[in-house]
Amino acid sequence: MHPQEPESSSAPAAVLAPGHTFTTVTDQLSDMVLVRPYEGRWFLCLGVGFSLVMTLFTAAAYLLFQGVGVWGIDVPVMWGFAIVNFVWWIGIGHAGTLISAILLLLKQDWRTSINRFSEAMTLFAVACAGMSPLLHLGRPWLFYWLMPYPNTMGLWPQWRSPLVWDVFAVSTYGTVSVIFWYVGLIPDLATFRDRSKNRWAKMGYGVFALGWNGSAKHWHRYRTAYLILAGLATPLVVSVHSVVSLDFAVSVLPGWHTTVFPPYFVAGAIFSGFAMVVTLAIPFRAWYGLYDYITARHLDNMAKIILATSLMVGYGYFMEGFMAWYGSSSFEKFALLYNRPFGPYAHSWRMMVFCNVLAPQILWFKWARSNVGLLWVVSIIVNIGMWLERYVIVITSLHRDFLPSSWSMYHGTVWDYATYYGTLGFFFTLLILFIRFLPAISITEMRELVHKTQHGHGRTTEASPETGS
Amino acid sequence: MSHIHEHGQEPGTPHMIELPILDDPGEAAERRGDRERGPMLWRHLEEYARGGAGVSSDLGEFADPGVEVLDDASRRDFLKYMGASLALGGISGCAYQPPEAVVPYVQAPELLASGKPIYFASALTHMGFATGVLVKSAMGRPVKVEGNPDHPASLGATDLFAQADMLGLYDPDRSQTLLHSGRVEIWERLQTALLDAREKYLARKGAGLRFLTQTVASATLQAQFANLLKTFPEAKWHAYESVSRDSVRAGSTLAYGEVYESLHHIERANVIAAFDSDFLVSGPGRIKDARAFSKRRDVDAPGAAPMNRLYVFESTPSVTGGSADHRSPVASDDVAFLVEKLAGLVGVSGYSSDVVFPPRLTQAGRILKAMAADLKASIGKSLILIGDNQPPEIHALGHLINHALGNFGQTIELLPRIDAGPANQTASIAELVKDINAGLVETLVILGGNPAYDAPGNLDFAGALASDRVKQRIHLGLYHDETAALCHWHVPAAHALESWGDPLAFDGTATIQQPLIAPLFKGKTAHEIMALFLGDPSKSSLDLIREYWRNRLKAADFDTVWKISLRDGVIVGTGYKPVPAAPRPLPGAKPIATVGDDVMELVFRPDPTVWDGRYANNGWLQELPKPLTNLTWGNALLVAPAVAERLGLRNENEGWADVAEVTVDGRSIKLPVLIAPGQAARTVTVHLGHGRRRAGKVGDGVGVDVGVLRTSANPWSVAGVKIAKTGERARLALTHAHYNMEGRNLVRTATLAEYKEEPAFAQEGEHEGARGETLFETPEPRRRHEAGEGNSWGMAINLNACIGCNACVVACQSENNIPVVGRDQVLASREMHWLRIDRYFEGENIDDPKIDFQPIPCMQCEKAPCEIVCPVGATTHSVEGLNEMTYNRCVGTRYCSNNCPYKVRRFNFFHYALNTTHPTLKMLQNPDVTVRTRGVMEKCTYCVQRINGARIGAEIENRRVGGDEVTTACQGVCPTKAIVFGNLNDPEASVNKAKASPRNYALLSELNTRPRTTYLAKLRNPNPEIEAIARDASPRA
Repeated sequence: MHPQEPESSSAPAAVLAPGHTFTTVTDQLSDMVLVRPYEGRWFLCLGVGFSLVMTLFTAAAYLLFQGVGVWGIDVPVMWGFAIVNFVWWIGIGHAGTLISAILLLLKQDWRTSINRFSEAMTLFAVACAGMSPLLHLGRPWLFYWLMPYPNTMGLWPQWRSPLVWDVFAVSTYGTVSVIFWYVGLIPDLATFRDRSKNRWAKMGYGVFALGWNGSAKHWHRYRTAYLILAGLATPLVVSVHSVVSLDFAVSVLPGWHTTVFPPYFVAGAIFSGFAMVVTLAIPFRAWYGLYDYITARHLDNMAKIILATSLMVGYGYFMEGFMAWYGSSSFEKFALLYNRPFGPYAHSWRMMVFCNVLAPQILWFKWARSNVGLLWVVSIIVNIGMWLERYVIVITSLHRDFLPSSWSMYHGTVWDYATYYGTLGFFFTLLILFIRFLPAISITEMRELVHKTQHGHGRTTEASPETGS
Repeated sequence: MSHIHEHGQEPGTPHMIELPILDDPGEAAERRGDRERGPMLWRHLEEYARGGAGVSSDLGEFADPGVEVLDDASRRDFLKYMGASLALGGISGCAYQPPEAVVPYVQAPELLASGKPIYFASALTHMGFATGVLVKSAMGRPVKVEGNPDHPASLGATDLFAQADMLGLYDPDRSQTLLHSGRVEIWERLQTALLDAREKYLARKGAGLRFLTQTVASATLQAQFANLLKTFPEAKWHAYESVSRDSVRAGSTLAYGEVYESLHHIERANVIAAFDSDFLVSGPGRIKDARAFSKRRDVDAPGAAPMNRLYVFESTPSVTGGSADHRSPVASDDVAFLVEKLAGLVGVSGYSSDVVFPPRLTQAGRILKAMAADLKASIGKSLILIGDNQPPEIHALGHLINHALGNFGQTIELLPRIDAGPANQTASIAELVKDINAGLVETLVILGGNPAYDAPGNLDFAGALASDRVKQRIHLGLYHDETAALCHWHVPAAHALESWGDPLAFDGTATIQQPLIAPLFKGKTAHEIMALFLGDPSKSSLDLIREYWRNRLKAADFDTVWKISLRDGVIVGTGYKPVPAAPRPLPGAKPIATVGDDVMELVFRPDPTVWDGRYANNGWLQELPKPLTNLTWGNALLVAPAVAERLGLRNENEGWADVAEVTVDGRSIKLPVLIAPGQAARTVTVHLGHGRRRAGKVGDGVGVDVGVLRTSANPWSVAGVKIAKTGERARLALTHAHYNMEGRNLVRTATLAEYKEEPAFAQEGEHEGARGETLFETPEPRRRHEAGEGNSWGMAINLNACIGCNACVVACQSENNIPVVGRDQVLASREMHWLRIDRYFEGENIDDPKIDFQPIPCMQCEKAPCEIVCPVGATTHSVEGLNEMTYNRCVGTRYCSNNCPYKVRRFNFFHYALNTTHPTLKMLQNPDVTVRTRGVMEKCTYCVQRINGARIGAEIENRRVGGDEVTTACQGVCPTKAIVFGNLNDPEASVNKAKASPRNYALLSELNTRPRTTYLAKLRNPNPEIEAIARDASPRA
């Protein structure tokens, strides 16, 4: 255990370590960007991330040059890694909005220290997600045909296709997320503008601070706008992944054609989103020594959400199987009760169940939730499990459908993996740049938290009964 | 296409032209004159077409119409013009742009309307014998082969080889230049050389002069050879065909003392017993036989004769075995044993009716006994068929049995021999090799064939040829192949679609094979080479053929007969008359002994698609899944499941297969194993035609050459082989690896008895909801169909007629410009065939399964799942009920394919069409069908281009498209008429009659897709007695 970390045996941790004032919070959080020197390990991380980005560009260039045949897709598995990655990234993106919007509306102040970088994570994940279906098109240069735009041919998208709904769902989600994130950043950008010594940095932050001067009027409007945006973003948490799930549920394919998909996908998205937040928050706070801001309390709450959503996801798996058994379709029985658990991709299915249903059960125990290392490992297991879940859904349903004559196998090629790892690199590169150049923890909201804790407005200081143990 | 042959009755539809023939005697002389002047020089296009400088004085364009009237702008001239324009288009690599201006036609060639195809009757040959065809010519380019309904060997259909000949014509790897010792040479030099040789051999009566051909069933060529052997009495004519019918001929000689061709009347047979005979897809009359066979299985036809019953005893699963009512997998030497026992059972004199079977043949023996009873109950209405790979004695026995059963004159008749040349081809090439080695051969003229590749391994023909004992070696062939590489002279042969010929059909009917296009690569014919030896250097193939037929027909008005024959594609009255003959008892026939249970036997079979290797460079055929195994791009060692298990040989997912080493008498090869349900346990099978070394870019190195194991003594099977696992693995490019139907009701079958009891068996368990009740609004195409408005297209596929021969798949590929994707892409499960034949094995016993075939084109669902998921509306429904693909609109999300329950959609993962950008391959493309680009989806369209053609014609005439007016490519080619397509809004349409059958069912109808393509369930007609035996033998009983 890190010496700075509060003892886990003591009373339930606060959302902010005691003893902080406005000054300490502002100093510490802004110094991360403005004062802290550039470190070798930051460059190392950037280098690793950037080489993966280059891998992505290479893979994408080769793909655009040759065609999607460089991937492992075939007949009947016409969708492969691209769609798996798309759903996975979109799912990861979910936690950000949930934390920012829903928990804000629910006045969960423990969200405060993690919301900024969760939102950033959301944006970067959505960027990665958005890339996948574009590259996946047979003729990607015609992607805009999926959008409604007036044209001389009088052609519109085909509104019954869930892929069109997807375009709207994902682009709306991406837009709202960007605005929400940016609006939240404005007061902090102004702080950076005011505190940075470098002229260029001052100008840069100044431009994006939009002339914020901290007047009461500004604060009033800011708060209102932020709440409205939170209200707008809230339904999106449910809608995006529901719509994504309809890509599958609308089809006739056994294993896809399932009514449980929308809620089960949303739960899965929150599950993987929180897992990713945990995966990122733990090394982040260790690196920057942010134990005062991201406390055991945060990790504990997130672990609980992971556990809860794991149970929902497990229920989803169970219902898929149950409905296949209870229904009369022999095709569904084959797909869900035989082919997934015992077919050629049984290893993926079994890994998925282990990662998503069994492994998180350890979080029932408080010692497990407060063991940072263990929690970090569980979060990574969940990330892998959720990727496998999409792999199982997409691949196993397609590779053996109605006519056995068409059955075939699917494997990603080196270009599939290059693209996937490339998006991971893209994600981490953006994240590393974000941590370096923008306030990764909201200074404004932390100051509010200081105010609340000092003046006893927040429930958190005396909140032990409901949040502890 | 049924309508194309009705000449001229239907304006607006393509029809054949009458062929005015240039019979100007001066012209030949003129051409002769040019030739003697040396290399052809030409100043402008017309001159090129005329054959070079010197004949430009009467150019059609500028000539006095009195001299060259429109009628005389003959088709041949037209072809030449087309040839000239091809040269202009850069067809021959060294052609250059002529400096003169090119002017368009002032007077168009007769019947040529831009964009309208013209059909010409011709013939294509396979193993020498003709199939009559109608070739579609689009602006001078032949683009598609259809069967000729008037031709006895076609009956309107073709097999897959005739379809693939279209690609063979345009194959860029075809030999393009005449070579002498590897250097480019001109034809005139070869002429000189051969005329010199003629002088030399005339003096020596031909001693040292040898000819080697394949099977020769061309009337003129036969006459030329007869002439030649008269002129050069000591010259010798050898013939060799790797897939020879030596046993058939030798069997006939044994039985009758003479070589006869059997003429089968399968339509008259109630009971058919095939012993290793794949008669539905092999033999000169295969299409006719398949048609006759399926006719007797159409129980729904009004006034139909009772359904026939087919027994098959075979060593390796075949197309014929797949159609059998009783199929017994037995080794090929056991097949011979069973034939002998059958002779006793049916009372052939000299054979005991008291038969005993060794234990491994107990089950087959029971079936044989029951079959014998069945045969005896059908005296004069049964037929015994023996496979080409069985020894001559068994063929002779087959004749005796047919006689004993009273089948002669009923279901089988004898015709005089149709082909000519050595009756025993294997012996003939063995003799040639012996003579070469003895130094008796000085000049060898090889007219077609590739013996350096396919001669039996023990002869070492290539070694003999390469030795310097043969001073002058001349090869005529389509490719500069293994044999050409060993010859001094190589002459590019003209393809059948670019040369004159007169091949005979299985019954002797002659067809004038006419060129559809000027030779692309200045190819020559065997006739022209022979003419040199006969001292007629000036005569073209056309001259020779006309001369032959003028003499033979002795018609008063030969020109009219000739024109009619050309137009119809048959020379009427040339079919042979059956001859009476009685078989004699076999002298000194020894009883056939059976070998031990553990003696493994290796059987050689021609490859179902690339045959003996002659089609190895044909991408369509390499990529065509072989019936039953669905293997593409290569060959494998077929082993029975039980044997594979015993030897630890495995097939795994994704085509991974263990490699086995097969050893025969110390010679061995390694090849991957393919476990074949239905293979006889003692037999392993290899296919010929693979492992070519000089086939071309497509065929080189595909598969394994098995020739080294083959000997002239045992060309078809050899006992005592050793099979050993090597530990290596290789991948087999299978298009359909999963044999099992998984208990799904996909191919619906019943016995004839069950069908009579419950005619609607195929519709049992159908969801009622799928038959029309719905809360939703009736879709427009459905409404129009119900209201009888406009046209509504539909298809019925009769599984009872389908024999799984795969001809439809090639026809579809040819019609719809479907690209060849190559082995790697097939391994990646990305083959592009719009139509596929699904094959399933039925039954508990994997070593002796029932075999089902199911052609799967697009179902054209009325409620198509693909349509609603397309985000850009690239796949939509037409009011006529077609599920249409708009390639230009497709962005390639591929969701439609995922949502297609039938998985009929194909995707251009790469720019596959780039494979067809070679100048000659471009000419192959059907101009009516879009060539698809990378990244778009494609699928069966019901040949929408043909529908549109018919609709335009009908609209011009202000009428409705007839019920049977449109024929899809798959339908047109089908030998058994298993595919019926038409306008559902015409109550008289055949497709409506087919769909009215109680056997009609829709595939996966429970999904409520409402397919427009439906299936007629398959019937089997088992012998009830054997059913009882099978029940007894079943371990579960």
